[in-house]
Amino acid sequence: MKSGIAVALAAAGLSVTLGATDMRAETLRFAFQGSLNSLDPYTLNETFTLGMLGNVYEGLTRRGANLEIMPALATKWEVVEPTRWRFHLRQGVKFANGNDFTAEDVAFSAQRVLDEGSDLKTRLPADVKVEVVDDHTVDFITSSPNPILYYEWDTWYIMDKEWAEANDAVAPTTAADLTKGYAAFNANGTGAFVVESHEPGVKTVLKPNPTWWDTRNSNLTEVIFTPIASNATRVAALLSGDIDFMYPVPTQDLKRVEDNAETEALVGPELRTIFLGMDQMRDELLYSDVKGKNPFKDKRVREAFYHAIDIEAIKQKVMRGLSTPSALMISPFLFTYSDDFKRLDYNPEGAKKLLEEAGYGDGFEVGMDCPNDRYVNDEAICQAVTAMLAKIGVKVNLNAQPKALYFAKVLAPGGYDTSFYLLGWTPGSFDSWNVLHNLHGCRNEAGDGGPFNLGGYCNPKVDDLANQILVETDADKRNQLIKQAYELTTGDVAYVPLHQQSLAWGVRKGVSVVQRADNQVMLYHINIE
Amino acid sequence: MTDTVPPNVPTGTKSWWQRAAESDVLYSFRRSWLAQVSAVVTFVFVFMAVFAPWIAPFDPYDLSQVSLLDSLLPPVWAEGGDPRFLLGTDDQGRDILSTIMYGARISIFVGLASVLFAGILGVSLGLLSGYLGGAVDAVIMRLADIQLTFPAILIALLIDGIATAVIGGKGDAFTAYAVLTLSIGLSFWVQYARTVRGSTLVEKNKEYVQAARIIGRHPLSIMIRHVLPNVMGPVLVIATINLALAIILEATLSFLGVGVPVTEPSLGTLIRIGYDFLFSGEWWITFFPGLALAILALAVNLLGDWLRDALNPKLR
Amino acid sequence: MLAFILRRLGQAAIVMMAVALLAFVMFRFVGDPVNQMVGIETSLEEREALRERLGLNDPPVEQFLRFVWNAANFNFGISYQFKAPVSELLASRLPATLELSIISALLALVVGVPMGVYAGLRRDAWLSRIFLTVSLMGVALPTFLIGILLIYVFSVLLGWLPSFGRGQTVDLGFWTTGLLTISGWKSLILPVTTLALFQLTLIMRLVRAEMMEVLRTDFIKFARARGLQTRAINFGHALKNALVPVITITGLQLGSVIAFAIITETVFQWPGMGLLFLQAVQNVDIPIMSAYLLLIAFLFVAINLAVDLLYFAVDPRLRITRAAGH
Repeated sequence: MKSGIAVALAAAGLSVTLGATDMRAETLRFAFQGSLNSLDPYTLNETFTLGMLGNVYEGLTRRGANLEIMPALATKWEVVEPTRWRFHLRQGVKFANGNDFTAEDVAFSAQRVLDEGSDLKTRLPADVKVEVVDDHTVDFITSSPNPILYYEWDTWYIMDKEWAEANDAVAPTTAADLTKGYAAFNANGTGAFVVESHEPGVKTVLKPNPTWWDTRNSNLTEVIFTPIASNATRVAALLSGDIDFMYPVPTQDLKRVEDNAETEALVGPELRTIFLGMDQMRDELLYSDVKGKNPFKDKRVREAFYHAIDIEAIKQKVMRGLSTPSALMISPFLFTYSDDFKRLDYNPEGAKKLLEEAGYGDGFEVGMDCPNDRYVNDEAICQAVTAMLAKIGVKVNLNAQPKALYFAKVLAPGGYDTSFYLLGWTPGSFDSWNVLHNLHGCRNEAGDGGPFNLGGYCNPKVDDLANQILVETDADKRNQLIKQAYELTTGDVAYVPLHQQSLAWGVRKGVSVVQRADNQVMLYHINIE
Repeated sequence: MTDTVPPNVPTGTKSWWQRAAESDVLYSFRRSWLAQVSAVVTFVFVFMAVFAPWIAPFDPYDLSQVSLLDSLLPPVWAEGGDPRFLLGTDDQGRDILSTIMYGARISIFVGLASVLFAGILGVSLGLLSGYLGGAVDAVIMRLADIQLTFPAILIALLIDGIATAVIGGKGDAFTAYAVLTLSIGLSFWVQYARTVRGSTLVEKNKEYVQAARIIGRHPLSIMIRHVLPNVMGPVLVIATINLALAIILEATLSFLGVGVPVTEPSLGTLIRIGYDFLFSGEWWITFFPGLALAILALAVNLLGDWLRDALNPKLR
Repeated sequence: MLAFILRRLGQAAIVMMAVALLAFVMFRFVGDPVNQMVGIETSLEEREALRERLGLNDPPVEQFLRFVWNAANFNFGISYQFKAPVSELLASRLPATLELSIISALLALVVGVPMGVYAGLRRDAWLSRIFLTVSLMGVALPTFLIGILLIYVFSVLLGWLPSFGRGQTVDLGFWTTGLLTISGWKSLILPVTTLALFQLTLIMRLVRAEMMEVLRTDFIKFARARGLQTRAINFGHALKNALVPVITITGLQLGSVIAFAIITETVFQWPGMGLLFLQAVQNVDIPIMSAYLLLIAFLFVAINLAVDLLYFAVDPRLRITRAAGH
């Protein structure tokens, strides 16, 4: 999902160091299931791509092992006026090509990230004004107070203005380009590593950046990244020692990786919440045998669906214990009062009664959209949901497909073409406002409002609260408002939250890595013994 | 991949049932124990496929029977096995034995449908091409050349890609069957067409065909009544071998993501699902469907082998 | 002679044009290319401008001719996924696929021919029967399952061979090869075996059948009558005659092998065109799909043409047989 990155306050970076000597010295051979298609940091708002590029490029801020916001290219920042943020930039930083990093680069990057072809426009408010105060000071002027302005800036990477201009890369690389995008194949960042070579979909080689401004907590001399799409092959590659580090480890193979003498599995909670959504907007449901009305507009039907889900069975059997059932649409690590919320119980009998009351005693038929290569065991979860709903008489026709096709269909560009779907969400700012706005905000058919509210849930009171939350600066008051909003949304059964999945990384023994709850890999924290 | 390899098929003069009547085939069948075993195995599979709804212990399509709590159970004889599930259960709690029976049903159905489609298309075009000759012949044979350019996998992926783009997503089970049948069938027809064309060229100059023509029989009727029976032998051989190929091809395609929905799996889909459990210790999820597929494909292949030898007097 | 070559060339051109038409139709009409290219916020005017810039408003015939012209100049457009020219992507992936396919075909020949000869000469020997039956396993199990089982045994359990990729490659400027390093060769073993198995079965059975056929022809009988040694007859005469169609068919099969490499490449994460194509299909990356299609067609037509010309050069008499269809 285009959710970007997550914050996690708990889930302290897990670090494993196990003795083992190896001749392969300090080359890290690393594999992931997806590929790094473009080096342009504004082309794709996707966790892996941004995480990988975070080793080459840097933002004004960055996030530490526990996802705390830390200074990076900016050393400090302050609110000068309620609508004016001032960022003081780090001095003496150079891009990989030797150019100096200055305020002009920040202003340029702001303009570029807001460009039409950018996939990361949400990093900055559209109407933000950027003022260069001096070479190392920049002001951001917003139209209204915004306490969380910079929360996602750890993945808004700063690019070199001169380099972009010299190489015709002023605008982000998009598919509409008729020529090869320079920035998609070349990188020039300030980060810990530089790109030695990049063959999209085949191999990307990184080397340490000798002029990096920060002290390096890593002894890597080379990183070779290879995408390995097939789960079985990726596991085999780790088990046979052909790679040093890979993720995700399929849940069913964790034990195997653990039991193997040469490898180790690292498991930790992830911030992403997996949930089921229902179309509550159309007057007639698509892909259904119910004509002329939309069953999901009836709260009792949504509640029945919720009661039909045996979340413990999914946890034990599908996730093999590696999930945390969730009552909210946000990870408990990201919201203080999570414990005040409880899931509706598993109660198929009650569910049937609710359906009967709603006038669907004989059940009905509905199509379900599901990705099959995006989340941990996504297809298996959907299949299990299908079987559970069958027991309350609802016939679900499952349409599981690769993420590219899935997202093209269910998101705004596809016209929200779905009735019932499984999706995962991590608030990019690690804050509830993101969840309330993106997933719960009333929207129109074009997606203005809550852009990722695929089912079109709408409760104006929630929108009001969200607007208050956005500008409220008092933490306690803000949390109370958030709690009120969640009480409304869970009361409405806006969604059926399922669980937070787990991170599962596999490493060769002797490789020490720091696992971050947002599933981003910080290569500059990896050591090989 | 055999789509460009013409099997070594006979182009004898007598029709295949004439020869059968002379008991050559029957005799050879009685002599070959391998053929007998293959026939029995094939029959068992077809029986299982046809009668799956009545003989399978569970209906894997009826999701109200499936419980996630029964998932990943090993076969009965292994530790932790459940007597209800002879060969264990898969990751969703479906009985493996039942899914194999229902899966074989789909695999055999898709195989037969595509072979039938290819056969009808190929035989008709071959007859036309051989009998009419001239421009028709040239066009059909060039079409065959173009067709050969595209191996089955490529065709299937393309048809699937096009269907996906047109429908805007994976369609229902019916679309999946159609895509599979069409793509597998399209990659097989050339073989029939070439074989039939060759035989037709030989047959059409025989006296009895000439005679039929002179007495004013319609060309279509001549083709169907006289030429067709004489080319059925090789066609049958190709069809048998293609059936085995089609079943394997269906499995391969489901691995590539072109296939029937997971909720109604074929043997290939079952193997694809089990593929993810190869390293995790739940070997039965892949092993039994894989074994079933291999045995079925082997039996049909051996049957085809025997049939080819039996119908080809030159090799005896 | 010239007439024959010209006719063959003409036919090849027609085939290529037909394939190009197919690729064009796919490129142009399967999903609106503009929709694939722009984001949701793009306004109608901007879409129209892009449409104009891409020439999508021109008459279809003109568009098709431009497509063919571009294709002939190796311009297949920009990949939606990688934002790079498709021709560049294909060119960088071509060596991996060709090395895999050609070595597989060679392996299948080197192993399949002797097995087939033996099975053909000694039809009833128990070893022949074993060859025949065991070889059927190559077509009775799906390639992907064979591939992962090989990985399991030789990489995970025994640790002898790499489980994925091409190993160390050497860049020759126009070609990246895995054939110059030990790790490259080691990486080839498993995928090549996986890909060759199917071919091997076919070749073995074909050689066996051809041998049996040739052995009963008159000239072999005459040779026997002349009192030539069995060995000389079998290998000097029979094998030579049986091999001609085998080599032809192996050559013609190369196109299929390349296509079948899609599966092998997927299982072994082999960075070839097949993997690229499969990803393209999954992501509806039409420029890559249509270019791959054209490329496979071109390879097939080229091989076909080469075989025809070779035949012609070797034995003009064969022209008639081949013209009649094989």
